[in-house]
Amino acid sequence: MAGPSHQTTLTVADEPRAPTSWQRFRKHRMAVVGTVVLGLLVALVLLGPLIWNVPIDKIDFRARLAMPSAAHPLGTDDLGQDLLARLLYGGRVSLAVGFAAMLVAVVIGTLVGAVAGMSRGPLDAFLMWLTDLFLALPTLPLLLLIIYLFRDALKGLVGPEVGVFVLIIAVVGGLRWMPVARLVRAQFLTIREREFVEAARALGASRLRQVVLHILPNALGPVIVAGTISVAEAIIAESTLSFLGLGFPPDTPTWGRILFDAKDFLSIAPHWALFPGLAIFLTVLSINFIGDGLRDALDPRKVR
Amino acid sequence: MAVFLARRLAIAMLSVIGASVVLYAVLALAPGDVFGELVSNPGIPPDVIANMREKLGLDQPIHIRYVNWALAMVQGDWGYSLVNRIDVGTLIWQRIPATLLVVGSAQALALAIALPVGVLAAMRPYSVFDQIASTLAFIGFSLPTFFTGLLFILLFSITLDWLPFIYRADLEQTGGAWVWAQLRQSIMPVTVLALFQAASWTRYVRSSVLEVIRLDYVVTARSKGLPERVVIVKHVLRNALIPVVTMVALELPVVFGGAIVTEQIFRVPGIGSLLISSIMANDTPVIMAVTFVFACLVILFNLIADVLYRWLDPRIKLH
Repeated sequence: MAGPSHQTTLTVADEPRAPTSWQRFRKHRMAVVGTVVLGLLVALVLLGPLIWNVPIDKIDFRARLAMPSAAHPLGTDDLGQDLLARLLYGGRVSLAVGFAAMLVAVVIGTLVGAVAGMSRGPLDAFLMWLTDLFLALPTLPLLLLIIYLFRDALKGLVGPEVGVFVLIIAVVGGLRWMPVARLVRAQFLTIREREFVEAARALGASRLRQVVLHILPNALGPVIVAGTISVAEAIIAESTLSFLGLGFPPDTPTWGRILFDAKDFLSIAPHWALFPGLAIFLTVLSINFIGDGLRDALDPRKVR
Repeated sequence: MAVFLARRLAIAMLSVIGASVVLYAVLALAPGDVFGELVSNPGIPPDVIANMREKLGLDQPIHIRYVNWALAMVQGDWGYSLVNRIDVGTLIWQRIPATLLVVGSAQALALAIALPVGVLAAMRPYSVFDQIASTLAFIGFSLPTFFTGLLFILLFSITLDWLPFIYRADLEQTGGAWVWAQLRQSIMPVTVLALFQAASWTRYVRSSVLEVIRLDYVVTARSKGLPERVVIVKHVLRNALIPVVTMVALELPVVFGGAIVTEQIFRVPGIGSLLISSIMANDTPVIMAVTFVFACLVILFNLIADVLYRWLDPRIKLH
């Protein structure tokens, strides 16, 4: 058996270190599966159209509402357009909307939360009142109202496709920043009182420098988790709008839009609705699992 | 309690005003013309339109217009539906019961699922039951309501032919047959909405119960020899429900969003489907009013949740 001196060396050298965030993430099995599935989906919509280069709008009435076959692996719609090609193309739009809207939400939320967290007094109170007000607004009706009112103007300004894309990203992201703002503010309130920030302040760091270099990097964990979840929420929001017929125009087959077109043909061509629905479900489920894994990995209570 | 209620009511009123300002600002910022349809109609001379503008006060600055609009809303004058040719107020009152019925039963059903499942999962964390429940919960809130709705129609209406997939407000049956028909046509819209809610609530209930169940007073209750059922129901649940009430209130906007989708899928004649059809028909007065009603509903139920919260937890003092 080892002597006391040996024991000491062992403790110093091999003291079990707290698992890193990555190690904790890896232990969450479903999160790893989710990452793989999402990675595959992203690769598929990015690279798929290069391999499966059937045009998304090639009309073929002889193959109308065809069930899946060798020529059309996922079947066709009521105009005989190939569903696989449309799903791959639509997936690009759906995923792009999800990520872009998340960025909008995270940027606005971080800005509002950071300003509120750094300023004491009336500005903080006002921003939090604003956050609460936005949290109480019915998101979907408001989204519909804004799209109804602004759609035509933006279409005229930048063309139908880009116009709807920009509008949807702006409103979906613009109505989803509130949880991020709350999280960032709460983080800021505690972190700005910590010693290392005080040290930076004592060294004469400007407010901006304190925020950007010292506080923000330490507040990122919960923001990343909230951002991940909001990708899923944004994808659902876009699909919902398109499903209600108020999102993208018919020539932009996002997953929600394909579902909207397919819903009246459920009894004769169920595959038409099933595949885009499954695509949305798989994407959202993977992202939610990833978010759960990230929460385990980045939870500040578990760090340290 | 009276002071609390008064303050809470004042905050709710402020929120209603805030929401109305946001809505009106969106409307005022929007490009285009409320009279777009009329202006493009060559049969109406321009001076008639100018007259209407003046009568409606559209030539005045925006804050005056807002005050006029808000005063009219308060007095119950919600405008006139350009498409349905009746008062917007009347139209909304006709449609609201269906929405509240569907949303209300869905919430009740969701609670009836989420409470027992969440509690049982928390009583045996990481057991097989817990793992199945939490996997199902993840699947549940990753399935968007519009897809669940279509799946239900495909399964229960088209394949099995058990349930009707169109909701009718004017059922021909009377008496017991009416109740049966009403029940049958409500099952799918209510269940679609409830499953989605139940999935996320199960997680809240589980984590909340899990936190409370470790507290010392629960150990005390057990060591007094109380049966586990009494410990859970009387001691754990009451405290565990407090944070759940907040989460439920925070999710209300999502609930009403889900109601719009389900109403649209199953053609439930509520205010959600009214909103969509008005958007399709460019009926601006109805669109504004319905959006405002949704905002008021969310604020109202938030108020109820807050009062409930206070009743559940007398320790909370409004500061």
